[in-house]
Amino acid sequence: MPEGLETSLSKSAGHNHHHHGDDCGCGHTHALPLDRSALVSARSLWLTRSGRDVIAGVDLDVRPGEIVTLIGPNGAGKTTLVKLMLGIEWPDRGQLWRPDTTRIGYVPQRFDVDRAIPMTVARFLSLGHDATSSEIAATLAEVGAERTIHQQLSQLSGGETQRVLIARALLRKPNLLVLDEPARGVDYVGEADLYDLIGRLRDSRRLGVLLISHDLHVVMAKSDRVICINGHVCCSGKPETVAQHAEYARLFGPHAAQALGVYLHHHDHSHDITGVPHPVNAAAPDQRSP
Amino acid sequence: MFEWPEPFVVRALLAGLGLAIVAAPLGCIVVWRRMAYVGETLAQSSLLGVALGLALNIDLTLAVIFAAVAAACVLIAFGQQKLLALDSVLGLMHHAALALGIVAIAVLKGPSIDLMGYLFGDVFAVTSGDLIWIYCGGALVLGATIMLWRPLLRLSLHEDLATAEGINPRLSRAAFDILLAVTIAVAMKIVGILLVMAFLIVPAVAARPVASTPERMAVIAAGVASVGVIGGLLLSLHTDSPGGPSIVLAMCLIAIISLLATGRRSG
Repeated sequence: MPEGLETSLSKSAGHNHHHHGDDCGCGHTHALPLDRSALVSARSLWLTRSGRDVIAGVDLDVRPGEIVTLIGPNGAGKTTLVKLMLGIEWPDRGQLWRPDTTRIGYVPQRFDVDRAIPMTVARFLSLGHDATSSEIAATLAEVGAERTIHQQLSQLSGGETQRVLIARALLRKPNLLVLDEPARGVDYVGEADLYDLIGRLRDSRRLGVLLISHDLHVVMAKSDRVICINGHVCCSGKPETVAQHAEYARLFGPHAAQALGVYLHHHDHSHDITGVPHPVNAAAPDQRSP
Repeated sequence: MFEWPEPFVVRALLAGLGLAIVAAPLGCIVVWRRMAYVGETLAQSSLLGVALGLALNIDLTLAVIFAAVAAACVLIAFGQQKLLALDSVLGLMHHAALALGIVAIAVLKGPSIDLMGYLFGDVFAVTSGDLIWIYCGGALVLGATIMLWRPLLRLSLHEDLATAEGINPRLSRAAFDILLAVTIAVAMKIVGILLVMAFLIVPAVAARPVASTPERMAVIAAGVASVGVIGGLLLSLHTDSPGGPSIVLAMCLIAIISLLATGRRSG
């Protein structure tokens, strides 16, 4: 058995077979063991805050080289779930497996650098690991942010900040890249470029990717799996099929199925993708909050 | 003709410069983490240490350090709960400590005791024993600050990112609170409890507009604080003004000039 962190918490074993009335036909089979070939694997995670089940019996695996996208409404527990997977927060119950061979590069949701902290991009990237200046320059070039190297972090645009954060994650030589709403605060074109970059990094560095999508209606076409979260796992599937689930329509409203756009990879012209990139539909129930 | 200054002036200068260098990097972290109010609360709690020292008849510096560290521990404990906002806890502790300290000192020593010396410090009363405290304690605090510098810097930038990268946020924060308490307790002698946080914060504020990296900000802040100590002592000697407030006034002048000069350049 490979070495690694395995957490097994059970305050009340009776909850392990909790069901949530999912009618999408992809019910939870909590008897499934941890996937020990995965980069990170979770079974029956529960987290209760102020009497509310923020995370309710979630199973999640990310395997090497696969892109897993989490979607769900605001307050669905997407960020909390990712924090549990990373070990930033601890579940009340459940099993978590993260082998020592898993090296995580994390790109957090918000990164508003306090203007009180003077910090150049170069200094930020060297902080906390032993990257040489040539490694830093090469990694910045890899993410398309080489021109920011001498700029102050607080002066970067939203897209530049995300690229610098991805560069920092890559400098840790990860095999799992975790991104929490990487396209937040980035315009429509910038969002497509970022998803393009993440797809290329997956291919060139054989990364597993766990991605929270900031927008219900747009998911990355290269996702191997899209998992729809609302405390529990509502449904999951290929990006082009997840919107067909009845549970998806119930959660996001009848218009959402039509509104789910899928970003095409720039160099990917396969014809099995049904969605095309288009702006958020005005009829969609969950608009991006201003 | 150059005249050697009086020994009490030399001691005041050495004490001020020693503290200026130790306090500068801590002050930067206080500014980054927006902990000014935490510092004020620790400073007011030092007055309880004075009362404790008078009551038990023990070394006042030791008693003050003990009280400040105890207050830091109370704050660390309160930081773990979510019932009360930290700001409310600070608002309570800060005023309770000041009021209790003043009442306790008055009861113990009668109303004749000179509170001004504790509230505003007396830099010209620094003894050789105080200097040993400042330089030995200061070296320890500076060493610990250098060790904690990177984790604290990363936590200041982004707590979740630092935690995901393997830093223990609670441990680093607790260690910093205790360092801050010790520094405040020792610096109180010079600038007094009401102005001690200025000694930490004002040089950092002055350094921010001209610094491009965090380390440069700390070094520039140490320089600003040193110039402020020299300028303040000269002002005090020439005008017979109290030493601690004169030093803080000099530091504030440098900060205002720094902010105005860089504000004009960028605006």
